[in-house]
Amino acid sequence: MIPTNASTPPVVELRNIVKHFHGGVLANDQITIQLQRGEILGLLGENGAGKTTLMNILYGLLQPDAGEIFVRGQRSHFRSTHDAIAHGLGMVHQHFMLVPTFTVAENLVLGQPSPRKPFLENRKTVARRISQLSEQYGLQVDPNAEVWQLSVGQEQRVEILKTLYRGAEILILDEPTAVLTPQEVDELITILRKLAQDGRSLIFISHKLHEVMQICDRVAVLRDGRLVHTTPVQATNPAELSRMMVGRDVVLRVNKGPAKPGAVRLRLQNLQVRDDRQLLALRDVSLAVHAGEIVGIAGVEGNGQRELEEAIVGLRPVEQGQVQLNQQDVTNRPPRVLFNAGLGHVPSDRYKTALLREFSIAENLVLSRIDQPPFTQHGLLNQPAIDQNARTLIQQFDIRAPAIDTAVAKLSGGNAQKVVLARELSHQPQVLLVAQPTRGVDVGAIEYVHQALVRQRDQGMAILLISTELEEILNLSDRIIVLYEGQVMGECLASEADVQTLGLMMAGSKLATIANQQGGATK
Amino acid sequence: MQDLNHLLTAAFVISLLTSGIRLAIPIFLAALGEIITERGGVLNLGLEGIMLVGALAGFMVAYDAEQLFAPSWLWLTPWLGLLAGAIAGMGMGLIMAVLAVSLQTDQVIASITLVIVGQGATTYLFRQQFGSLTARIHPLPAVPIPLLAKLPVLGEVFFQHDLMTYFSIVLLVAAWYFLYQTVGGLNIRAVGEHPAAADTSGINVTAVRYGAILIGAAFAGLGGAVLTVAQLGIFSEGITAGQGWIAIALVIFARWRPGLAFGGALLFGLATALQFRIQALNLQFIPYELLLMLPYLLTLLVLLRGTRRAEAPAALGRPYSKE
Repeated sequence: MIPTNASTPPVVELRNIVKHFHGGVLANDQITIQLQRGEILGLLGENGAGKTTLMNILYGLLQPDAGEIFVRGQRSHFRSTHDAIAHGLGMVHQHFMLVPTFTVAENLVLGQPSPRKPFLENRKTVARRISQLSEQYGLQVDPNAEVWQLSVGQEQRVEILKTLYRGAEILILDEPTAVLTPQEVDELITILRKLAQDGRSLIFISHKLHEVMQICDRVAVLRDGRLVHTTPVQATNPAELSRMMVGRDVVLRVNKGPAKPGAVRLRLQNLQVRDDRQLLALRDVSLAVHAGEIVGIAGVEGNGQRELEEAIVGLRPVEQGQVQLNQQDVTNRPPRVLFNAGLGHVPSDRYKTALLREFSIAENLVLSRIDQPPFTQHGLLNQPAIDQNARTLIQQFDIRAPAIDTAVAKLSGGNAQKVVLARELSHQPQVLLVAQPTRGVDVGAIEYVHQALVRQRDQGMAILLISTELEEILNLSDRIIVLYEGQVMGECLASEADVQTLGLMMAGSKLATIANQQGGATK
Repeated sequence: MQDLNHLLTAAFVISLLTSGIRLAIPIFLAALGEIITERGGVLNLGLEGIMLVGALAGFMVAYDAEQLFAPSWLWLTPWLGLLAGAIAGMGMGLIMAVLAVSLQTDQVIASITLVIVGQGATTYLFRQQFGSLTARIHPLPAVPIPLLAKLPVLGEVFFQHDLMTYFSIVLLVAAWYFLYQTVGGLNIRAVGEHPAAADTSGINVTAVRYGAILIGAAFAGLGGAVLTVAQLGIFSEGITAGQGWIAIALVIFARWRPGLAFGGALLFGLATALQFRIQALNLQFIPYELLLMLPYLLTLLVLLRGTRRAEAPAALGRPYSKE
């Protein structure tokens, strides 16, 4: 088949792609998308909208049930990624596809034909070619460094280099900004623009509206496996795009009044904690959370957030310093004691720490109080009470589930999170630790979770919010504390925070230093 | 105590070292193969069974060849036996690959099945073929290396072995070179560390893992054949006596590095050689059962302090599927 407009065929055309998964889920329903040479196309949609599935089909990782792929006007059939790479495609995955124990150079030559087969290509030749590419596109990286030693931003550069090294003309980037600091995002945008100017074509997968508006030429919106709309970015705006993503208007800014902080509920004093490799993960961290306020911990993932979370809830030993709940020292006490002292916890990895996947919603909702009346009486479970509790909470928290005995594993991310939230709030803690509350949660549920947290704050709960989503921190918090390599870089009121300063702090500058420099610059 | 003085004579030490090296070879080959397999992310605990199958296959082929061949071709028979051992090992490896890679069964269970199959099949076949006959073949002759073999002490310890022993050192270097300097080796290591990354780089994870298992099993089969064909010239039921298991322990001790595996195998070989010799002295105050335990106990002790999980291939033991 030859495309009808023979003048300049699109670089890639997906025609009527259909993909079913086991259990009858229709992940892609008759999707048709074109990508022109030298353009950046945004692929926008909520989690589960079918973006990643569509791109995995284009990259040969999955086979479509129906539909056709054309590359440069030629009908193509990709049985594996090998075929896709041979057609000039490259993919930068959300979870980096790099071998940590390999050097940058080894990662780049992996899967590449060697001119000296069966031996590996000469290391110096490889290193020279990498340097050339690095300079051309501003992707600085040491070819001989082992990948595990690199920062996340550097790893991503290696991922992009990897596709370029293979001569990719068509790049698919799956949520590339999710793990970057604002400054790194800016650098990435510069790089992507250079690539597009150079005649390469890019597909940018994202669920962040402002980034799509900023980076892309055109945007295609997916919802529930269908293509809703394709439009040049100039012809649209964030509000319209978000409406198309979820099918209704979403309030991205949370409406909240000023905080009325009360007494100190949670205090950390000079906390020092080690990570799993026995390296210092938190150094000298001190902070306080008052009743009736939300304190946000901002920072790029892997800067001590997990250790902070675990140290506070008693899952990780505190080496030095103190954790106080309501003026009471609870350092290194077991989680049960902390729970009874009024601490609630919505953990970052809900399936690992909060939920038993194969257990029912009703059982998960009473997990922390299963040994107490009315759920247990005379050493026996009181099923009617457990069921009643579930029915109440499901209604109160708008948990969408077929039945109260449905296994939690069958719920969507958003509904599973509501189960956790419902349980933790149902025993009315005075302090709530919330980590990554909207990770893997769809937009509609994000709104719900955010509003629930603000409501609790207004009723006097002290909330510590740990999140790597800067937007979430800015929207929800009353005060913001930035964590970098386990240290507090500084603290500011959310109302006075600016993204530039927060970004610098997230990249390792102390607030005091930044203030000095800015002061010096104005003089 | 008089007897113990025998232990320290020069002749004793020389013969201890010489036989220690010889005893190390089968176990070393099996461990080397397992390193390649595990580097590819597959845990094959079936070495004991594979070694036994290699040992019997090698023995039977060498035995038949000795009956058939003209005297001028008899030099070839042990080598045919060794080749047969490696090929039989690969046959066992193929079973493992189908179970572990294609069918994605639990690797521990699949590979332990191989041990049971190997033990049962070799016992049955040996009895069926040879009955109560004590069949013997001619093992590989020692080949002293010109000049070097004449060196005092060193010559006897290192340069008066059979060709297979020297060849094992060549295999060590080859395996190292293969893992670190060739495309195939890079692919195997990638598949063992991060199969998804290899897959998205256009590498066929299934094919590479099949390769890693088959190479590893060939080495184990060869190791078994070395025992019967090159060294002992006989086969008996369960002749490997747990060496396949020790080889697996050695891989961990060696932190998945070929060179260290050779060192570990030497240690085990020496302990076994020492055990034989102390036994021969017929000491009253140590029951010989305790001495039999010595090499295994030593392995256990070395393992206790030598293991660090972090150095294992990250995807070891985990089947890979795309979704």
